[in-house]
Amino acid sequence: MALSTEEVLTGLAELINDETGISADTVEMGKSFTDDLDIDSISMMTIVVNAEEKFDVKIPDEEVKNLKSVGDAVDFIVKAQV
Amino acid sequence: MTKKIVITGIGATSPLGGTAADSWSALLAGESGTSPLDHEWVARTQLPVTFAAQARVPSIDVLTRHETKRLDPSSQFALIAGREAWADAGSPEADPERLAVDWATGIGGVWTLLDAWDTLRERGPRRVLPMTVPMLMPNGPGAAIGMDLHARAGITTVVSACASSTESLVNAYNRLQAGLADIVIAGGSEAAIHPLPIASFAAMQALSKRNDDPATASRPYDITRDGFVLGEGAAALVVETEEHAKARGARIYAELLGGAVTSDAYHITAPDPEGTAAARAMITAIKNAGASLADVSHINAHATSTPVGDIAEYNALRRVFGDLLDGIPVSATKASTGHLLGGAGAIEALFTVLALAERMAPPTINLLNQDPSIPLDVVTMPRTLPSGDLLAISNSFGFGGHNAVVAFRSI
Repeated sequence: MALSTEEVLTGLAELINDETGISADTVEMGKSFTDDLDIDSISMMTIVVNAEEKFDVKIPDEEVKNLKSVGDAVDFIVKAQV
Repeated sequence: MTKKIVITGIGATSPLGGTAADSWSALLAGESGTSPLDHEWVARTQLPVTFAAQARVPSIDVLTRHETKRLDPSSQFALIAGREAWADAGSPEADPERLAVDWATGIGGVWTLLDAWDTLRERGPRRVLPMTVPMLMPNGPGAAIGMDLHARAGITTVVSACASSTESLVNAYNRLQAGLADIVIAGGSEAAIHPLPIASFAAMQALSKRNDDPATASRPYDITRDGFVLGEGAAALVVETEEHAKARGARIYAELLGGAVTSDAYHITAPDPEGTAAARAMITAIKNAGASLADVSHINAHATSTPVGDIAEYNALRRVFGDLLDGIPVSATKASTGHLLGGAGAIEALFTVLALAERMAPPTINLLNQDPSIPLDVVTMPRTLPSGDLLAISNSFGFGGHNAVVAFRSI
């Protein structure tokens, strides 16, 4: 059963917290991974690998550069689930 | 001109405790850090040895969760010990360009490497985490400390098996003498209690197989000793020029008099039975310290509890000190800590520093029947050391024929 936007956001925030220590409740849809959350490329790739596992989706490497904000990633995952 | 170099901070996480002070007091109390392994992998991998000296305080109790996720266990131990030592030194206002790290490991990030290999085989390359390489690299622990404390004068890691972290102290001393830094965080860490190193050390008959009595398995100099006990943890020492330490009003534990490094070039694992190069390391360390053999009032021996190693070190000691050896109290603290491999020299140096600062030689536990071919004055109960100037050495020897010795003087 596919997860809702809200559920994916919560799950992604947990992964981001795990990897970076950034508090999960500061992970909001409008935040940029690099400019707002200061997530480096190696952490970003770790989060992507863990997100693929957690949400059972594929996030191709060439797609990662388009996922600039938390919202971009959440939307991608929600669509990819179906 | 030779500078005075001093120890101003200590930190450790070991099988005896989560701090330097806790490790020291457990050592003086005669505790063993060795216990049965209760991981599921012990039975699954049918290990011939089912015990080890595990860190008493899990790193996850000290570090944040994301720190533990990004650091191999060997780096976690390093960071814990390094931070403690730095705080113990009074968290100096140091010029980052004059602050260096001389760290050591025997094996590096073996847990990360082998976990990633399992992941690759079982779940494919996409599941191998991007942090795998920086976590497994042997310079990772030193880099973790250096990043945390903003050390920009250089971060160097020695890899010379069980001699590694004694060598890192020698390097720290030389770096300070050369004027390349004012402060160095020196030490070593190891986290190799993993089925593969256990199986491999056991295959070479290096480990004790006393599965029915783990707490007494590490028994240096005992006639019944049957191998070493694998340990884990880290120890860090803040090494500083006396000038810098005094200018900031730092507490000084002891003076580091430098040391010496030699190599056997004899056999990849067996020590040279004559102990020629090991003896030369001791003699050179004492000579470099501007001291004479008669000045040595305490020795922390390498003494891993292997049948061959303990006697080889004894032969080297006798060769160096002759009859003087009979009057020198010797402690073999691996009896309590197990063998921290790349962290062993550092924790033994830390214990040597505290022995001088507190004038108390720590005990060697589990010695019931001393091997008659090793007639040493082994300290079996905490023993008060005399007042006045005390000089002590700490020995470390490693696979590869590495010999490293450091010398300290009381304040």
